[in-house]
Amino acid sequence: MALLRVTSPHAHGPASTPKVMQQVLLATVPGVIVLTHFFGFGTLVNILWAALLALVFESLALALRGRELGFYLRDCSALVTAVLLGIALPPYSPWWLIGVGMASAILLAKHLYGGLGYNPFNPAMVGYVVLLISFPVQMTTWQAPLGVGEAAGVPGVLEALRACFSPATFDGVTAATPLDVLKQNNSLLIEHLWASEPVFGRWAGIGWEWANIAFLAGGLWLLYRRIFTWHAPLAFLAVLALMAALFYDGGSSASGGSPLFHLLSGATMFGAFFIVTDPVTSAVSVRGRLVYGALAGLLVYLIRVWGNYPDAVAFSVLIMNFAAPFIDHFTQPRTYGHRKVQKREEG
Amino acid sequence: MRKIFDFHGGIHPPENKHQSLGEPIRDAGIPAQLVVPLSQHIGAPSSPIVAIGERVLKGQVIAEAAGFVSVPQHAPTSGTVVAIEARAIPHPSGFHAPCIVIDCDGLDEWLPHRGLENYEGESPSDLLEHIREAGIAGMGGAGFPSAVKLKEKPGASIDTLIINGTECEPYITADDALMREHAADIVAGAEILRHIVGPKDTLIGVEDNKPEGIRALKAAAEGTGIEVVVFPTKYPSGGEKQLIEILTGRQVPSGGLPADVGVVCQNVGTAVAVVDAIIHGRPLLSRITTVTGEAVARPGNFRVLLGTPMQHLLDLAGFAPQRNQRLVMGGPMMGFTLTDTAVPVVKTTNCLLAPSASELPAPPPAQACIRCGLCAEACPASLLPQQLFWFARGKEYDKLEEHNLFDCIECGACSWACPSNIPLVQYYRASKADILQQRRDHEKSEQSRIRFEARQERLAREEAEKEAKRVARKKAAEARSQQAASDSAGDGGAAADADPIQAAIERAKAKKAAQQQAAGSESELDTLEKAVATTRKRLATASAKLEQARAEGSDLVGALQAGVDKTRSKLEAAEKALADYLASQAGAAPAVEPADKPKSAAEAAIEKARAARAAEADMSPEEKARKQLESLRQRLAKSEQRLAQSREAGEEEKIVEALAATVERLQEKISALESDLAAAEHS
Repeated sequence: MALLRVTSPHAHGPASTPKVMQQVLLATVPGVIVLTHFFGFGTLVNILWAALLALVFESLALALRGRELGFYLRDCSALVTAVLLGIALPPYSPWWLIGVGMASAILLAKHLYGGLGYNPFNPAMVGYVVLLISFPVQMTTWQAPLGVGEAAGVPGVLEALRACFSPATFDGVTAATPLDVLKQNNSLLIEHLWASEPVFGRWAGIGWEWANIAFLAGGLWLLYRRIFTWHAPLAFLAVLALMAALFYDGGSSASGGSPLFHLLSGATMFGAFFIVTDPVTSAVSVRGRLVYGALAGLLVYLIRVWGNYPDAVAFSVLIMNFAAPFIDHFTQPRTYGHRKVQKREEG
Repeated sequence: MRKIFDFHGGIHPPENKHQSLGEPIRDAGIPAQLVVPLSQHIGAPSSPIVAIGERVLKGQVIAEAAGFVSVPQHAPTSGTVVAIEARAIPHPSGFHAPCIVIDCDGLDEWLPHRGLENYEGESPSDLLEHIREAGIAGMGGAGFPSAVKLKEKPGASIDTLIINGTECEPYITADDALMREHAADIVAGAEILRHIVGPKDTLIGVEDNKPEGIRALKAAAEGTGIEVVVFPTKYPSGGEKQLIEILTGRQVPSGGLPADVGVVCQNVGTAVAVVDAIIHGRPLLSRITTVTGEAVARPGNFRVLLGTPMQHLLDLAGFAPQRNQRLVMGGPMMGFTLTDTAVPVVKTTNCLLAPSASELPAPPPAQACIRCGLCAEACPASLLPQQLFWFARGKEYDKLEEHNLFDCIECGACSWACPSNIPLVQYYRASKADILQQRRDHEKSEQSRIRFEARQERLAREEAEKEAKRVARKKAAEARSQQAASDSAGDGGAAADADPIQAAIERAKAKKAAQQQAAGSESELDTLEKAVATTRKRLATASAKLEQARAEGSDLVGALQAGVDKTRSKLEAAEKALADYLASQAGAAPAVEPADKPKSAAEAAIEKARAARAAEADMSPEEKARKQLESLRQRLAKSEQRLAQSREAGEEEKIVEALAATVERLQEKISALESDLAAAEHS
C-alpha cells in the first residue's frame, strides 16, 4: 500500500479566489441596475464589451506568457477588472475607448507586472486614468440622468449599442455631473445652487445618490461575506466626510459641499467598496488598511475641491497604490509575545 | 466566573469529533511484537540497558535517560528482547531510529512496583524524580520531558498551573475520551502537579465543544479548589501560548517559556500518567490514541501499549486503505503523514487519521496570492502570512526574520484560510530550515575565521619569540666570545668554554659511545626475546587488520594478507634465532660472525659492477636494460640471502630492517624495468 506524503495542514477551508471574485462581481449588480435605470443601457454595454475584451486580452497575455489558459482564466480576475472599468466609464463610450482602457488595464497594468497578485496598481484605475488623460472629452461627457433636462426617457439597448459601435458620435442628452456643477460654482450659496440646477436631487445628484446607495449595499454584503474587512472603506468614507464637514463652510458659495453630498456623489461608494478594497494593491495589515483608506479619502476630497478634476477616486487610489508598500513598512502588527513592533534597521 | 480572554486570529474548521466518540475507550490488547523507539520525546534518546535475548517484565526499565532533557523507556509488557536496531519511527521524514524490539509473551507479567502512600509528605524534587523515572513526556503532542517542564526555574515564580484539555484539532478525541472516563484521575493528577508547582490557581482549560467531559471534570473537581474553565471553541486555542493567553491574558514572550509569565502547562494525559506514576508506581506504558477517518470502519479511542505497530491499531479499527491513501499521525491541521504502517505508537501519538480522498482531498494547485489578508486574520501569532510568503518566495531571509517568521507556530490556520490554496506553512518551514542552516554555516565560518586568526597570531608570536631568543643567543655568544678573547688575552685558560659548538659535539659523541657500550653490554638473549615479542605483536595487529578488512569486504585484503605472511615469516625467523641462541648457549661456543665478511663481499660486488659497466659500453638500449635487469635480479637474490642470513643470525633489528628495505627497493626497480621492457617489446 502506497501512502501519500503530504505536509500539514491536510484540511482546507471553503474559501477560494474564484469565489471571492465572483462575489465581488455579484455585489456590483445593484449598482449596475440603478445606473441602468437612471442612465440607460450604456453602462451595461460598457461592461459587456469590456468583459469580452478582458477575456481576449487576458488570453493573449497568458498565451504570450506561456501560462495555462483554463486555470488562470477561471480565477475571474480579468472579469472583475472589466466590470469595474465598465462601471467607471461614462455610459455610451465608443468601443475603441473601452478597448484602449482594457488593453491598458490588462496588458499594461496587470500582465506586464506578472499577472494577478503582482500588479502594484489597480488595473481598472490605470485603464481609467489612461483614458481620462488621453481622451478628456469623451471621458467627461455624461448622459443626463432620468428626470433631468428635456429628455423624456433614457437610451435603450439599441441606442446604447449604436452609441458604442457606430462610427458616428453619440448625440445623446448630456449634462454636467453634480460634482462638476459644484466645482464650477463660485457665486451661489449651496441652497441657491441646489434650487437653480436640475441635476441635484434629495441629498446629492439625481441618479448618483441612488447609485451610490446601491454600491453601498453591495459593499455591505461583501463585508458580511467577509470578502474584505471594514477598515479601508470605513476610513476612506470617514475621512472624506470629515473633510467635507470641516470645509462645508455653512453652505456658502465657497463651500466644498456637505458630507452627505460627498458620500453620495460620483464614485464615492463604488470607490470605497470596490476600488479601495482591492487587496492586491492596498496595504496588508489592519492598521495599514486604515491608513491607506484614510489617506485615499483625504486625497479624494483634496482633488475634488481644490484639484483640476471633478472626481478623484482613480487618482487617489493610484497615488495610494504607490504608498502601500511604504505604509506596510510602518504598520507591521505586533506579533504575539513581542512587546512592540520589531525595530528595523533603516538602511 | 473567571474572565476569559481571546487571542488574535484563529479559525473554525469542521470539528469531525463525533465519529470517534461513539464507543467508550477500547483496549488494543497486546500485539505479537512491540517496537519501542529510544526517542519518543524531545531531547536526548535514551540508552538501552537490556541485551538481546533478555527477558523483560512489564514496567522494567529497558533504556535509561541520557542527560537532563531525556526520559527512560520501559517495557510495555513482558517478553523477550529480540532486537535493538534502527526501525521506522513516526517522523515527518520517515526516519529510522534505534528501537528496542520485544517479542511479547502475552503473560503481561509485572515487575513488582509500589506507589507512594502519601505523596504530600514528599518533596517536589523527589516527586519530579519519580515522574522522570516513569518516563513521562508531554502527551499532548510535543513530548517534552514533563519533569524538566515542571522543574522550578530560578527567578520565575509560578502562580498558575494549567491543565490543557483543549484538544482543539479536528478529529482528535483522545483527551475528550480521557476526560469523560477518567476525570477523577485527571483531577488527582492536577492535585499532584499542584503540590509540586505550588501555584495560586490551578485551572483545567477545556473548549466548549466537550460538554460531557466538562461535566465529568466539574464533578470530579468539586471541592478541590481546581477550576474547570470553559471557553469558546476556536482553533488553535489548545496551543500552549494561545491557551495561556485565553486563561490569563498574558502572552509568553517571544523565545521565552510559559514560566516567564508565571505559568506551567501540562496536558490532561500527562496528569493521568503522573497519577499512575506517583500513586500506583506504574511508569508510562500506554496511552489513549484516537483512530478515525472515513477509511476506518470502526473509529474510536484505544488504550494502546507504547510500541504497538500502527497496523495492529488500524486492523482493530477496520482500516480499508483506498487509492491515494493518506495516513496522518496527529490531526488534520498539524499532523504529519506516515509512509509505513509498521511504525509504532509512541508517547505523543494522540491520533491516527485515515481519511478518505473525498474527506481530505489532495491540495489543488496553488493560485496567485491576491493579498486578501484572510491569512493575517487567521494567524494566532498576529503575523502577516502574505508578506512572509512573499519574502519566502524571494528568499529574503532578513525580511523574514524582521517579520518574525520564527514566531510562527505552524498551526496551519493561514493555509486553511487561503483562498488560493497556497501551502503557506510549507514555505515557512522551508524558510526556517534555510535560515537555520544559514546561521549554522555562518557560525561555522565565524569559528574557522577565529581559529585561523588565532593560528596566525600564534605563529607570529612563536616567530617573534624565536627571533627574540636568536637575538639573545647571538648577543650572549658575542658577549662570551668577547669575554673569551679578553680571558685568553688574560690567562689563556678555559678553551672548552670558548667554543660551545665544539663542546656540544664532544658531549654528543660521549653520549653515543655510552649508548653503544650499553647496547653491547645488553645480553644478546634480551635482544632476541624482544625481537620475538615485537614481531608477535606486529603479527597480531596485522591479523586483526586483515580480519577487519575481510569483514568489511575491503579490497585491501590481498595486500594485508601479504603483510601478515611476511610478518609471520619474520616471526618464525626471530623465534628460530632465539632457539638457536639458546641452543648455542646450552651447548657449543657462540658462533662469531666474521666482521670483515660483509665488507669484503661488498667490495667484490663493487668490483663486479665496474666490470659489468665497462662491458655495457657498446650494447643496444634494450640489451642494456636486459643486462641491468639481470644484474638487479642477482643483486636482489644476494640481498635476500643476506637478509635471511642476518635474520637467522638474529642481527640487530635496524640492520634487518635496512636489508629488508633494500630488498624492497630492488624489487621495485626490477618490476619498473620489467614493465619498461615489456612496453619496449610491444612497440
